[in-house]
Order: sequence, then structure tokens, then C-alpha cells
Amino acid sequence: MASPLPPYASPLQIFWYYAFRVICGLIFFFLVFPILTIIPLSFNAQDFFTFTPEMLRLDPAGYSFKHYIDFFTNPDWQQALRNSFLIAPMATILATALGTLAAIGLSQSHVPARSAIMAILISPMIVPLIISAAGMYFFYARLGLQGTYWGVVLAHAALGTPFVIITVTATLVGFDRSLTRAAASMGADPVTTFFKVQMPLILPGVISGALFAFITSFDEVVVIIFLGSAEQQTLPWQMFTGLREQISPTILAVATIMVALSILLLGTLEYIRRRSERMRGLSPS
Amino acid sequence: MSSAQLTGMDMATPDDGVMRAADGTPLKRRLARALRREKLRSFMLIAPLLFFIILSFLLPIADMLFRSVENQIVENTIPRTVVDLGQWDTEQSDVPPESTFEALYYDLFTAVEARRHTRLGQRLNYELSGMSSLFRGTGRDLDNYREDDVKALEDAAPALDDGAFWVSMMGGDGGGAFLERRKQAVVTVADIREGLDTPLGFTIGKGAIDLLPRTSSAYADWGVFTVFADEDAVAEETPWEAVFVALASDLRALDVAELSVFDADIAEVLTDGKIALEAITPPDFAALFEASDADWVEPETWRIFEKFSSRFTGGYYLSAIDADSAAEGFQLMPEDERIYIKLFIRTIWMSLLITVSTLVLGYPIAYLMSHTKRSTANLLMILVLLPFWTSLLVRTSAWKVLLQQQGVINDFLVWINLIDDAGRLVMINNQLGTIIAMTHILLPFMILPLYSVMQTISPSYVRAAKSMGANDWTAFWRVYFPNTIPGIGAGAILVFILAIGYYITPELVGGTQGVFISNRIAFHISSSLNWGLAAALGAILLLLVLVLFYCYDKIVGIDNVKLG
Repeated sequence: MASPLPPYASPLQIFWYYAFRVICGLIFFFLVFPILTIIPLSFNAQDFFTFTPEMLRLDPAGYSFKHYIDFFTNPDWQQALRNSFLIAPMATILATALGTLAAIGLSQSHVPARSAIMAILISPMIVPLIISAAGMYFFYARLGLQGTYWGVVLAHAALGTPFVIITVTATLVGFDRSLTRAAASMGADPVTTFFKVQMPLILPGVISGALFAFITSFDEVVVIIFLGSAEQQTLPWQMFTGLREQISPTILAVATIMVALSILLLGTLEYIRRRSERMRGLSPS
Repeated sequence: MSSAQLTGMDMATPDDGVMRAADGTPLKRRLARALRREKLRSFMLIAPLLFFIILSFLLPIADMLFRSVENQIVENTIPRTVVDLGQWDTEQSDVPPESTFEALYYDLFTAVEARRHTRLGQRLNYELSGMSSLFRGTGRDLDNYREDDVKALEDAAPALDDGAFWVSMMGGDGGGAFLERRKQAVVTVADIREGLDTPLGFTIGKGAIDLLPRTSSAYADWGVFTVFADEDAVAEETPWEAVFVALASDLRALDVAELSVFDADIAEVLTDGKIALEAITPPDFAALFEASDADWVEPETWRIFEKFSSRFTGGYYLSAIDADSAAEGFQLMPEDERIYIKLFIRTIWMSLLITVSTLVLGYPIAYLMSHTKRSTANLLMILVLLPFWTSLLVRTSAWKVLLQQQGVINDFLVWINLIDDAGRLVMINNQLGTIIAMTHILLPFMILPLYSVMQTISPSYVRAAKSMGANDWTAFWRVYFPNTIPGIGAGAILVFILAIGYYITPELVGGTQGVFISNRIAFHISSSLNWGLAAALGAILLLLVLVLFYCYDKIVGIDNVKLG
């Protein structure tokens, strides 16, 4: 089906060829249209969650930036935005630093109990969030970390590390160990070797791991609902409360901004992937 | 390692047949050492994260599992009663003997002062409704039990109002261990954690413990509570009523002659007290409790106490599967009262539906992507990854906007006159809403593994089948499809694992019929505060996920998890 239809194709085959593409088109529509719908809706001049007749007539009066203005002036949303950008970067730094080191350790040839360690390190990704949230809520409360900034950062860092491990391990699979040996043979000490030789090569993996860790924290809502207090309210949390209580379409403006953010992240990742494949001598695809 | 190998060959010292390194140590040993060092180094790299994950993630999970069987609240709140219950012969009587009620009085008095009795009531209310009000109501009455004892002692022996008198009366050597035990018990009940090294400022003598056992115990409780909770000096306060009640009981039980172990002035005060008490009928604690609430003499109440007096319980797990281990042994609740089994089945059933939907929708997409030009496939991949990278809440909001009764889809259907305004479809706050939204959210997790498997299937397989006369369908079904089964397995398990633990989306679009077990867990943590049950439900869910993950690991391997 990849190539255009051969000349001898039967009518049924021709029909099926197009029908299949129509079906796929519909599925892609299903995938993308919910996200695309909220973008125009966020410019609604009314406080409705649906298209007004003015909007459908493309009347400029039906559109406005009021929800965006609300987002940027409302202290609740601003506090949430600030919190999100205070928590996510710190969790990302922690997760990336620890995760990268561990991934390098795991890639060495003689690691005792490797699969058991791997299972433990990956576990935060597998355990359902509600269970992590419950466990952390009880435990962190005992330590006095519940409702504190650092409690949330630690929890988010733990949730983000598996992604760092996976992405960095993936780049290390193709890593040529003789490069570090070459550096060592020319007199570089291990630290220099790491920063001058190994790090630049695995950097794409580290960066994409960091992006994953960032988005994990930035997007996380279950754990923080239980673990955080009102002072740590983040954007997703604020959206969650807003959706539950149906307060205002400002949520749609926030959602649009977050879609833009994810497109930015996706673009960065794609760029890094291609660059990394070029650097490692694989043909970029 | 390699340098040791190279130099070791050249410098081998002769003739014993052992290969040696440059410094003359056998090469084998040097290699073993190098290997050990390498192992240590890799472990040192892993250790910080391992330590971090264990501390911040695994211990909390372990703590939760512990909480699902832990049941120390009964023993911690009414310790003496629990000990006494051990001697209760359930065959002989429906309710425990008077001694148990007496122990309960002293235990409960301390617990009421520490305001912890309501907690115990709340905990036991999960097992038997009415327990919460039983504890609350009795807690209010407790101060007035045996009022006449207290009054008689205070009138006949005014010295007893003086804290310093008590300190000298109870004081002495040999009661250190006794006092320490009471201190631990009271501190546990009142949940005091700070300032525990403050000196008590009073002692209890061996003589007092032997002669006035109830009083010693009650006085120790009061003293410890006064020092740590009220932060007052014992010598400046009058003990609470329970101490007087205890003293009255002790004085009734002893002979005046025995009081001679005390100093003359103390013995005189106590003798006055004892004489005054003769006019008052001895206490009947069972009757007092019954007067507060008739439930105290219900056998059911005490069965619950006995059942939950051990430190660990499987009770939460039984509740979590709607079972009950009553007198008749293990049994399931009547069909119409089962909540959790139904919820588990619904969670699994809906997760299965979602998994099947993602497979049905994801398979054609993955097929199309693996059968077009690389550049087109990359473009399509971006369409798949965009929802993958978009915030979960954004996608859930989008579905809320679309599916509402006044939402985009309904408006559209009304607009094209497919339905009229009154016949708007209910697509949200029910199971349908959850299934649609979650299928959308989890679809990328199905497409990605399917796509990576399909990419590796050589097109020559299908060509070979066709060249041997298979038609399109047979070639697909008999040759291509079986090759994609690993991808289907990986994708299906991944989607199922993710779906079964979902919380946010069902909470927002599921209404009451479309919620999952996670939502119930959240409810028990934040609203009903039945943490033990939440933990038990969580443990069952966790077990389910781990079993599935084990399968996933066998099929795909955790090392092969790919992200986008």
C-alpha cells in the first residue's frame, strides 16, 4: 500500500486503498481536533465553553483576549504559574543529575543485580500515580514534608528520574567505549574524560531526559494535590480545580498556552534527536 | 584493566606458571581487583539515585502497605483494657467482666483528656456504625463518673487537693520502670513527640505501687500528661478525677493497718478518706458505662474491640473485597452491598474497553505510518506525538468542552439538525465520557510500540505470501498480523497498566458511573479519612499492576521501553 496503486489493481483494492486512508484521516482527526478546538475557543468574548454564533460568523466582536488578560492579571493564576516554574526546574535538575549518573553506572559492563536495580529505579513510572500519591502523603506527613516546597520537589524528582534513566541509557547503548579509553590513554583524568568526551556525546539523551522530567513535573497533578498545600498550587492543579467547579474559560487560555509550550518542547526534542543521530554518524531520519 | 593486562604479559616473573602483573602480584588477583573496583565504581554512580528512590518513593509505598494492616490505634488508646480483654472468656459471658470496664474507665479518661477517644471511635466506626457516637457521648460523661467518691475524699481529706501532698504520698524508689511504662503509654495516646526529655518532677514508690495499684497507674497517667501536654509542674496541680476514683477503689480494697507504710500524717489523711468512703456504695463501672450508653453492654461492641485489639489486622483487606469475617467466618457481603469488587471489576472492564479501542484506532495508524515514505511518516508522527506531549489536563479540558451537553459536539449536531435541542446527547459524566477521553489520551501509547514493531517487519514476507497466491486479506491476516503480535502485546499491556490506575480523567469526566478504583482511594484519603482502607485498596491495585508489569517485562523487557 505504500506505493501508489499498481495498474492491475482491482476495483475492490482501489476502494480499500482510499477507504483505508479516509479511516486513518478520521483517526488523526480524532487525535488532533480536541486539542485544536480549544485554541479558537480560548479567544471567546463570552464566558462560554462553546462557540458563540458571533464566533461562527467569524465576527471580530466574538473574539477577544479577555481570558488571556484574566490569566495574566488574576493573582491565583499568576501564583500558580510562579509555583509551576519554581517546582518543575528544581525537580528537573535533581532528577537529571541523579538519573544521568545512575544511567552511566548502569551502562558499565559489570553491575551486580542490574535488573533488580533497574526495576527499582524505573518503579516510579510504573506504579499508578494515585498509589504513589497515597504513599507519599502518609510518609511525607510523618517527616513533616507534607505541604512544603521541598516535599513536592522530592516527589516530582522521583517521578521524573525513570525518564532520564531511559533516555540516557538509550544514548549510551550506541556509545563507543574506546573513546573514553582513548582520552584516558592521552592522559585525561576520569573527570575530564567525562566532561570533555562522554558528556557532549550523551548530552542529547540527557537533554531529552531533562525535558521529560520537566514535563512530568510541570504536568503532574495527582501527587501534588495530596502532597502540596494551597501555597504550592501549580497550573495543572489550578486547572483541575477550575474544571471540577467549572469556573471560567480562562482554563482554555491556559490550555492554549500549554499547547504552545508542548509544541516548543516537541520541536526541541525532535531537533535534538536529529542532531544526535548526525553526531553519532547515523543517518538522520 | 587493559594496562594491567598488557604490562602483565611482559613482566611475568618466571617459572611457577602463574602470570604476573608488573608489580609481581598474580595477574588473576589483579584482574579480580580491577573488576571489583569497576563494580564499586558503577555502584557508586548508581547509589545516589538508588538511595534517593528508596527514600522518597519506595519507603512511602512500604509505609502505605504497612498502614493497610496496621491497627495499633486500639492498643495504643486503651492499652489496659486490651490487656484485660485477653482474660475475657467469650464462651462464658457476652460482655467482659467488671475489671475490663474498670480498665476501660482509666484508659478512656486519659484518652479523653488527650482528645484521642474520638479518633478511636472513628476508627471503630468503619467496622461497626455507632461506635463514633458511643465514644463521643461517653467521653462527655466520664468526668462525672463516681462524683460522690471524689467529693467524699475531697471533703474528708482536703490535703488531697494539694499537688505537693500527692508528690510526697506517691513518691519513693523502685517505681522507675513502672513510671517509664506509663510515660510511654500516655505519650503514645496523646501523640506527644517533643520535649520528651523534660524531667518529670515526681516519682512513684514501690510501696505505693503495691498498696495503691490503681492510684499509682492513674496518678502516673495524670502526672505524665500534666508535664508533657499541659507543661505544668505536678506539685502545683490537683490530680484529675480519675486519680481520686482510683484512690477510692484502692482504699476500699485495703485494710487501715496497711496504711502504716506511709508517714504518719499521710496515713492519717488516707484513713480519714477511707472512713468517709464507707458511707458510699462501691463502684460498678459496667453499670456506669451502661448508663452513658446501652451499647456498652452489647456483645457486638465488645466483639469489635476484641477483634481489633491486635496490632495487625486483615480487616481493611476484607473490607476492600467486600468481605466480612463475622462469627460465622469469612463471607462476602450481600450482592447489593458490594462496592469495591464491583468497582474493581468496572475498572478492569473499562480499562479493557479502552485498551481495545486504542488498538482498533492505533493499528491502522501504525500501519499507515510504517508503510509510507519516511518524511510523511515523520510528519504523521508529529501528529501522534502532539497529543502525547500535551498536558493531560489540557486534553481532559478539551474533552469536557467537546462532550458537554452545551458543548461543541452537541451544538454541532443540533446545528446540522441531526438532533433537536431537547435531545442533546449525554456523553459526559458517565462511562462513555471516560472511555472516549481516555482512549484519546492513551492512543499514542498504543501507536508507538505498534509502529516500532511494524517497522521491523520485512515487506518481503507479505510479497512472498502474495506471490504464492494469497489474496490481500490472507496475506495480511496469516502473515503480517501474526508478526505484529509482540507490538500488540506491548501496547495493550502498557495501555492497560496506565488505564487501570487513572485518576484525573475519570474524576473530571466520569461522573459517578465512570469512576475508577483510584477515585475511591482518593476519596478515602481526603474525605472519609479511612486511610487503612485506602491503603488496602491501593495495595490490591498495586499488586494488579505489578503482575501486569511482570508480563510486560517478560514480553518487552524494561530495558526496551522507548519514549517517542
